[in-house]
Amino acid sequence: MQKMNFDATLILEAYRTMWRIRAFEEAAEKALDDGKVSGAVHLSIGQEAIAAGICAHLTAKDVITTTHRGHGHTIAKGASPAAMMSELFGRADGVCGGMGGSMHIADFSVGMLGANGVVAAGLPIAVGAAHAFKLRSEAGRVAVAFFGDGAINRGPFLEALNWAQVFELPVLFVCEDNGFSATTRTRTVTAGPGPSERAKSIGIPAARVDGNDVAAVLALGLDLLALIRQGAGPQFLHADTYRLKGHTAVDSAPYRPASEVEERWRDDPIVRCTDLLQTHGIDYARLAGIEQDARSEMTEAVHSAECALWPKPERLWRDVQDVGAPTAW
Amino acid sequence: MVSEITYLEASRLALAEEMRRDPDVWALGEDLGQGGVFGQYAGLAEEFGSGRIADTPISEATIMGAAVGAALVGTRPVIEMRFADFALCAVDELVNQAAKNRFMFGSQGRVPLVVRQPSGMWRSSAAQHSQSLEAWYAHIPGLVVVCPATPADNYGLLKSAIRCDDPVVYMEHKGLWQTTGPVSEASDPIPLGKARMVREGRDITLVTWSAMVRAAQDAAVLLEAQAGPSVEIIDLRTIYPWDRKTVFASARRTGRVLVVHEAVAVAGFGAEIIATVAEELNVRVSRFGAPRVPVPYAPPLEEMIRITPEKIAGAAWRLMEERRETSSTNHNKQSE
Repeated sequence: MQKMNFDATLILEAYRTMWRIRAFEEAAEKALDDGKVSGAVHLSIGQEAIAAGICAHLTAKDVITTTHRGHGHTIAKGASPAAMMSELFGRADGVCGGMGGSMHIADFSVGMLGANGVVAAGLPIAVGAAHAFKLRSEAGRVAVAFFGDGAINRGPFLEALNWAQVFELPVLFVCEDNGFSATTRTRTVTAGPGPSERAKSIGIPAARVDGNDVAAVLALGLDLLALIRQGAGPQFLHADTYRLKGHTAVDSAPYRPASEVEERWRDDPIVRCTDLLQTHGIDYARLAGIEQDARSEMTEAVHSAECALWPKPERLWRDVQDVGAPTAW
Repeated sequence: MVSEITYLEASRLALAEEMRRDPDVWALGEDLGQGGVFGQYAGLAEEFGSGRIADTPISEATIMGAAVGAALVGTRPVIEMRFADFALCAVDELVNQAAKNRFMFGSQGRVPLVVRQPSGMWRSSAAQHSQSLEAWYAHIPGLVVVCPATPADNYGLLKSAIRCDDPVVYMEHKGLWQTTGPVSEASDPIPLGKARMVREGRDITLVTWSAMVRAAQDAAVLLEAQAGPSVEIIDLRTIYPWDRKTVFASARRTGRVLVVHEAVAVAGFGAEIIATVAEELNVRVSRFGAPRVPVPYAPPLEEMIRITPEKIAGAAWRLMEERRETSSTNHNKQSE
């Protein structure tokens, strides 16, 4: 396991990010329960340390792609939670103007090139962005593809890894291994030793990390991204974690025992980070304040989303295409 | 300077000129460094280098998906799919990613890519290398679909496709690569969505595109020799958006519209044109396309489903003679 000097500032910042993700998703889950949010919502509760730990080292010039479970990466990359919440509510001031919802959340202004409704679809897009960086000699820019363990069984996973290695592209592949391919345990449908070995088999160095240990993710992420920025080519990070909620927010996950989930809650990355920071002498009141600030921010986000306007009907015709744009029913 | 060049050379010239004009234009696909499977890229790697004429693995999904990512960060990729049939390995990336990006992310980005999909029947290429699938993509909001028929159009439309900010499905016909015609170097692009009046006539409007334009021209001559109807021919050039104005104006003059395409008639793009015309104008309409069978290998059977000038002339005669009540004799009607 990677060791790093305890960097209180960095870890506190990641802690704040994790709380903002958690508070956002809990607020979104409640809004869904209250019937205020209509579409599918996939929660990353329990997986926040990976988004927070990796994105801490990215700038707005770096790009990421993510999955249907992408709120965390989007917040960690710097998007406004208020604009994201409005997006979940389908409102005009949503980050995508209310046209995408939770599954298609994106904020290009901070280099977040999109969540995706299709498993593994973000990998080729991230690889393509990295290809363009290399083509234009934009040294130092990197692309990060976040995806789940279910994605490793799709063809574009293999294609994208091979491509990145062949063209020596500045890409970090981050496999968030939460153990589930939707509602099926990934190991029951996956042959071989898993994500890292698949990456290594085509020559991409792979590292494995406890994805619920934000300090470890921060440390390893720093090293891997530095390597990529130096021109070392693609790197692969296999992060073990656990999806504390169901596949979607309305999935009660009856396919796994309650005791398993209970036990996994004890491994909650936020609780672990709270303990770590306290061990290093950070005052609990300060940590509680971070949680409180995050919850207040998201309560306000929900309130502003509820008050926001729906997209105007003419929005339906805009942004389909320039040539042959639709004008009416 | 106007010179007589092939449809294939015209596309190479257009791409080279666009790559010289705009450093963000680049091409990627299998075997491009070797000039591409038909030679459409010959010499380009030498001029532009292996970065901008990129040889890729046989990974259609990632060719298309990477182009989406590369387009989102500001480049203008021209993607080679080798055969339209292979682009089916990249349908998610084209239909779910490229076509939807601008809309579903609320106009944050544009995906200015061109995906070249060589199409159509060509020398017994059989079921997996012969299809004409333009109607599939015309169905998808967000996509522009182009089917050039002549060297001049392959030059001018490819330029427009490359400059277009929408994802463009660009379907060159394999049977046309070696056909020749006049092309002016460094000339203006041809606007997308605008049809070409190939031939004026009085009695029947023949709407077609791609390789069927030549077949239609030959059919018109044949009909003339048979003292048949005077045929007006419209080359649609862009399948979506299709030029309704030109088609409607012609239909009003002739009173009859026959759409001819090499693709399977069932749910082909002819159905869309005919339905639209029939909804708005009181004219006789018919469509003529291939039967709903995969393209066979054996040359005599391949010939059976080829849309020839003789068959087009036959379809035109049927439309001339047909009364609405007897339209059940329509050639394309499936047997019950």
